[in-house]
Amino acid sequence: MTTATVKKIRRAFTGNEAGAEAMRQINPDVAAVFPITPQTELMHAFASFVANGKVKTELVMVESEHSAMSATVGASAAGARAMTATSANGLALMWEIVYIAASSRLPIVMPIINRALSGPINIHCDHSDMMGCRDSGWIQMFSENSQEEYDNLIQAIRIAEHPDVLLPVMVGQDGFIISHSLESVEVFDDEEVRDFIGEYHPKNPLLDTDHPYTFGPLDLQDYYMEHKRQQHQGMQNARQVILDTGKEFGEKFGHHYSNFEEFHLEDAEIGMIALGSTAGTAKVAVENLREQGKKVGLLKLRVFRPFPFKELVEAVKHLKGLIVLDRSDSFGAMGGPVFLDVSASLNNLTKKPVTRNLIYGLGGRDMKVQDLEKIFGMMEKTVKTGKGAGSSQYYGARGDD
Amino acid sequence: MAKTEMKKKRKIDIMAEMPERLSSGHRLCAGCGASIAARQILRGTTDPVVISCATGCLEVASTIYPYTAWEVPFIHNAFENSAATISGVEAAFRSLKKQGKIPKNKKIKFVAFGGDGGTYDIGIQSLSGALERGHDFVYVCYDNEAYMNTGIQRSSATPFGAFTNTSPAGSCSFGKSQFRKDLTMICAAHHIPYAAQASIGYWQDLVKKAEKALAVEGPAFLLVLAPCPRGWRFPMEKTVEIGKLAVDTCFWPLYEIENGVFKLTKKIPDKKKKPITEWLKSQGRFKHLFEECNENVIEEIQQKIDEDWQRYLKTNGDKIF
Ligand SMILES: Cc1ncc(C[n+]2csc(CCOP(=O)(O)OP(=O)(O)O)c2C)c(N)n1
Repeated sequence: MTTATVKKIRRAFTGNEAGAEAMRQINPDVAAVFPITPQTELMHAFASFVANGKVKTELVMVESEHSAMSATVGASAAGARAMTATSANGLALMWEIVYIAASSRLPIVMPIINRALSGPINIHCDHSDMMGCRDSGWIQMFSENSQEEYDNLIQAIRIAEHPDVLLPVMVGQDGFIISHSLESVEVFDDEEVRDFIGEYHPKNPLLDTDHPYTFGPLDLQDYYMEHKRQQHQGMQNARQVILDTGKEFGEKFGHHYSNFEEFHLEDAEIGMIALGSTAGTAKVAVENLREQGKKVGLLKLRVFRPFPFKELVEAVKHLKGLIVLDRSDSFGAMGGPVFLDVSASLNNLTKKPVTRNLIYGLGGRDMKVQDLEKIFGMMEKTVKTGKGAGSSQYYGARGDD
Repeated sequence: MAKTEMKKKRKIDIMAEMPERLSSGHRLCAGCGASIAARQILRGTTDPVVISCATGCLEVASTIYPYTAWEVPFIHNAFENSAATISGVEAAFRSLKKQGKIPKNKKIKFVAFGGDGGTYDIGIQSLSGALERGHDFVYVCYDNEAYMNTGIQRSSATPFGAFTNTSPAGSCSFGKSQFRKDLTMICAAHHIPYAAQASIGYWQDLVKKAEKALAVEGPAFLLVLAPCPRGWRFPMEKTVEIGKLAVDTCFWPLYEIENGVFKLTKKIPDKKKKPITEWLKSQGRFKHLFEECNENVIEEIQQKIDEDWQRYLKTNGDKIF
């Protein structure tokens, strides 16, 4: 499949180092950051690039994440390619400005090292941080491993800055599970990466003092809704841009990306939807079960916003059973956030797969290959007996199994 | 133009000829001190400026989409982050200049505005951070001594004894029961090159301070008293007069701290120093203080003002930071 001829080298990188390497090659004009575990390593690595002149970035070490996002918005509106990075509580503190970044149509790219939101305080992985701002108007991608973190960040710049999109992008990687695990990563030639992302041409930047623009005006009943409609359209336009960018990236670098990856899904009877590192673990479970003759498959969701509902339905509609894994809860809802969107997507099918939702892995609770094999077994039973169909429950919590 | 001809021109004429950066037609109240502050301060430089502004009266009334009163690049981000936002803008300028994407000789002055709520209270962290980091910008707090945009609520700038809707006077209350925080000193304690307190009532002093603040390299801070007819309860044509009275009663001393040296920029001789009652009487927000039961409150205010004034006189000329 690989036709790519670009120069590349293999490096042993943690997810954080892979993120920092992508940032080095992106070489943003400004980065404004504040430390939080497990994002810290990424910023340490990037700060050392700055300290050693490997990038031309102005690094602004702000006094909080609220100011990190605020300064990033300022820098981006000024006309700079601007980035920041955070986790959990940091993202929560940014919240107000996360929305402002999107509605100001600023193409900021932000690695998120996924960590459980407090409380209770916890530093390990789940997706409650990013899922909490799934309606903020940011494009959201999840990475299975360090390679994807690197690849996604590079693509994110192109997607965010596309004139039909102009929306910020957050790229998630699982805290510790990916961010602190050493993996082999293919790193592409600096020039080729820079060539791929291209020069940034900002729209109406503040620093163009000959052409003054007002950013962030008061927008009342007479115009607010049109601006939201335009923002909505930007997100709709992102669907095609994400696919085109993934294709172009594949042609150039040999790593092919779409909204999701199908793994033994085509002829499967029981399917699973997972995102992040769990998708990697699930691939092993699928392979093991396939060896035993079980017709199981996986859909690894990469793009969560915009949610690829049409394509997803096409990919899963033939299944007898579909188990949806959520690494965060949506308290009081019918299930976790992924399940909600998947269920809504399936709504118009006359013949739908039997579905089930499991909320797992909160605060870094492990999800092993054996767990995933067991879950496929559970789903097989649900298909046969109907027991548990449509339900959402916790998996792996004491007293629940 | 010949030099002598230049000399003949009065400062006020030169200023009047400068391009208007906040144009008329905005929707601030008639008599609003904030717009006077903004217009006077922006006459402190002929260089291009880029402005950030916190949520508050100045922002909401000057940028009602699809209109804007700003003739210069302007960004409003949120309530508490005017300083953090301008940090990013200024960092972008440095970065792009360093890379040659902006000409080396291009000059821009960065000015962040915030009301007292957006500065003393919710925005003090972001301001402190930006001052400490040393960005090259001027922060201007237009101080109308309450959250006016949301309907006159107390802030930590609201003076002792003043009525606001969240510090109302009543049978058990004489209005706000705390003295205002000394924000100029807090900012100066960041060891920034220039911090000053001014009033729109003394425009020459204000513009001189604005010129200095805009000229220094690194962060500068201006605290400008901006009387508010609605919130303070006085007739709209009295704004400037009240801005003067604040100074003449020593309620609002005019001073600057330049490279750590404290200097009173307007000394009020003892015999010219007006009693605080003149200031208090001029505004409806202090009306209740003249009820018999509140006599001691007025005494307390006068005492504090006298103490502070003596301290300022003693400190005048000292290096304090
Ligand atoms: C986070 C947040 N909290 C509260 C508000 C509501 N709010 C908007 S303006 C304002 C008061 C502004 O007061 P001040 O900074 O003194 O400026 P002024 O309105 O007096 O010009 C408040 C409370 C907000 N916009 N954002």
